[in-house]
Amino acid sequence: MRVFWLRRGVQAIGLLMALSFVTFLSLALAPGDPFATLEERPFLSPETRQAWRRQWGLDQPLLVRYGRWLAHVAQGQLGYSLEYQMPVSELIGARLGATLLLTIAANGIAWGIGFPLGVFAALHAYSWFDRAHTVFATVALTTPRFFLALVALIFAMTTGWFPLGGIRSIGIEGAAPLERFLDVLHHLVLPAVVLSAHPLAVISTHTRGHLLDALHTPGVRAARAKGLPRVTLLWRHALRPALAPVIVLVGYSFGSLLSGSALVETILAWPGLGQLIVESVFARDPDVLMATVLIGGACVIVGHTLADALLMMNDPRSRIEA
Amino acid sequence: MGASLFHRVWTYPRARRLLGIAVGSYLVALLAGFIAPYDPRAQDRSAVKAPPHRLRFRDAEGRLHRRPFFHPWRIVDRARHQYEEDRSRYYEVAFFVRGEEAPLFLGLKTSYHLFGVLSRSSTHREPSGVAGEESPPRVYLLGTDHLGRDVFSRLVHGSRPALLIASLSLVGAFLIGFVLGGVAGYYGGTFDAVLMRMGELVESVPLLFLLLVWRAVLPLDLSVEASLFTLIALFVLVSWTSIARVTRGCVLSLKAQEFVLGALALGASPGWILRHHLFPNALTPALIQATLTLPSFLLGEAALSFLGLGIPEPEPSWGSMLAVARDLSVLRAQPWLLVPGLALWGFVALFTLLGEAIRAAWDPHHPASAPAF
Repeated sequence: MRVFWLRRGVQAIGLLMALSFVTFLSLALAPGDPFATLEERPFLSPETRQAWRRQWGLDQPLLVRYGRWLAHVAQGQLGYSLEYQMPVSELIGARLGATLLLTIAANGIAWGIGFPLGVFAALHAYSWFDRAHTVFATVALTTPRFFLALVALIFAMTTGWFPLGGIRSIGIEGAAPLERFLDVLHHLVLPAVVLSAHPLAVISTHTRGHLLDALHTPGVRAARAKGLPRVTLLWRHALRPALAPVIVLVGYSFGSLLSGSALVETILAWPGLGQLIVESVFARDPDVLMATVLIGGACVIVGHTLADALLMMNDPRSRIEA
Repeated sequence: MGASLFHRVWTYPRARRLLGIAVGSYLVALLAGFIAPYDPRAQDRSAVKAPPHRLRFRDAEGRLHRRPFFHPWRIVDRARHQYEEDRSRYYEVAFFVRGEEAPLFLGLKTSYHLFGVLSRSSTHREPSGVAGEESPPRVYLLGTDHLGRDVFSRLVHGSRPALLIASLSLVGAFLIGFVLGGVAGYYGGTFDAVLMRMGELVESVPLLFLLLVWRAVLPLDLSVEASLFTLIALFVLVSWTSIARVTRGCVLSLKAQEFVLGALALGASPGWILRHHLFPNALTPALIQATLTLPSFLLGEAALSFLGLGIPEPEPSWGSMLAVARDLSVLRAQPWLLVPGLALWGFVALFTLLGEAIRAAWDPHHPASAPAF
């Protein structure tokens, strides 16, 4: 078990380093650096520009710059945002919290509803419920997220039940902690629901499909012939083998949710990582882009590792191989 | 193998129906200049933010008309963009009407459009119309945007970049993924290891994050052609991996089979085996995997255009059309600007269902193929 975690850790670090290098390389090779727009201003003397470039280390060769960046990251410094004029770690700290809150809430909705839905649909396969579930899943799977976010905005606007974006109401700072918490929760509902629609449908359709397959295996038929109660049949004999391909989706849902958050956060004004990355593409803020990609990658790796750990809990055979 | 896949799709009713609709959608994109009544870039300053025209058959006096007609908009409040129907005039809409000349495809031009406004202007009292009047007003089936451009024409023309980018990305990702995955699976070794690690690298980042960062490498304002090429290159770069993995898996299992060993014993070279035995056998699964990724290209193009990083204005794209509707006041006052979202939804649904139907036609035992209908 310890070997497993050790190996996963080394793999993750290697992957993140490769990822950062590729990102660094592509951003460094981009035509024009962050000072390109400044250089168009006539009042800057060439000496000043040179001094700035030297100050930011842009006159150094590529590998030296990457080495420096890596050394800084190892010390916990993610660089400096030219757009916001603040350290990236400070900038990202609050944003990451907001995105994690959103992602975890959406994950909770997706698994909490999607999994039981899939199980129920498989147990009542080809019933009206199953049909309705398939229609719902197809609609949810194919709805573009940003369109759904716009629809949510209209919904909030016409009903007035939910706030129109943002993470907290104006003037809530002075309120009691519980009130502030409830306020954030109120703001969280729409983005989380919008974000969870797609993974929810993926989870429920996969659960249904794999469980339906498992229910028709000879083993389960034999267990039924033996007279096992339905509950044992489901939980012990059908669900566990069916679970493996579903658990793999844990890793997928992290990546998918982060990806979707970039759009949903932009539309619903949720001050998270996704919104930040979109802004820094326009601002050409290399340190912020590097940091967001790294954090995005780290989140996906955490998701995949979590999925592998769950797989081992579920399937004794995979424990031998690891 | 490819012909066999086509045969299975053709004999599988659901896949055949969906294939028919997909071909129809390509036809719409191809004939956009004919189906759209107006130039998608043309601005009508007299009808900024105008709501959709109401097509009627029955007039105020209860008479039934042979053709649908509409009352042109009259500006009530220029500042707030409020319009009311000008009941004193009406114009008839008909199929196959001569209008402005529009490019079709391959340099062909058309001056006939699927539908248009008849130039005969009429009042209720004088059905014959006033001779020598200026050209008829434009009909806006889906209203106009903030620059007075016809939303319906933009919608029809917007299917072109969507389908073009999605199809070319599909071809590019398929070719690269298929060849790389096949070679990696057959030869193994360092090339295989490096390729698979590269694939993992691409897949370890949330897709949109990756697209955005790589988009940041290039200048923000690109020409239409450059942005088309950029988007296709980006999509190929992030999506070859799944196709490569499927192909590699197929080749790995195939090369352990006797017929490959037999070919080797007969003195066939690795390249020959790859070309004559492995690639043809891995083709169908790889094709199916490629089809399943097509909707993500549609969504990706719309998402990047929505964020202002895709197809530049004034070229119509569903994503950039929707970007206007982000504004709450716009959303409230001009809900018809959301229609591109419905079109995108329809296209994504169509190609998702088509991909699943093709997979079901080929492999009815796939877990995701158990139908509920």
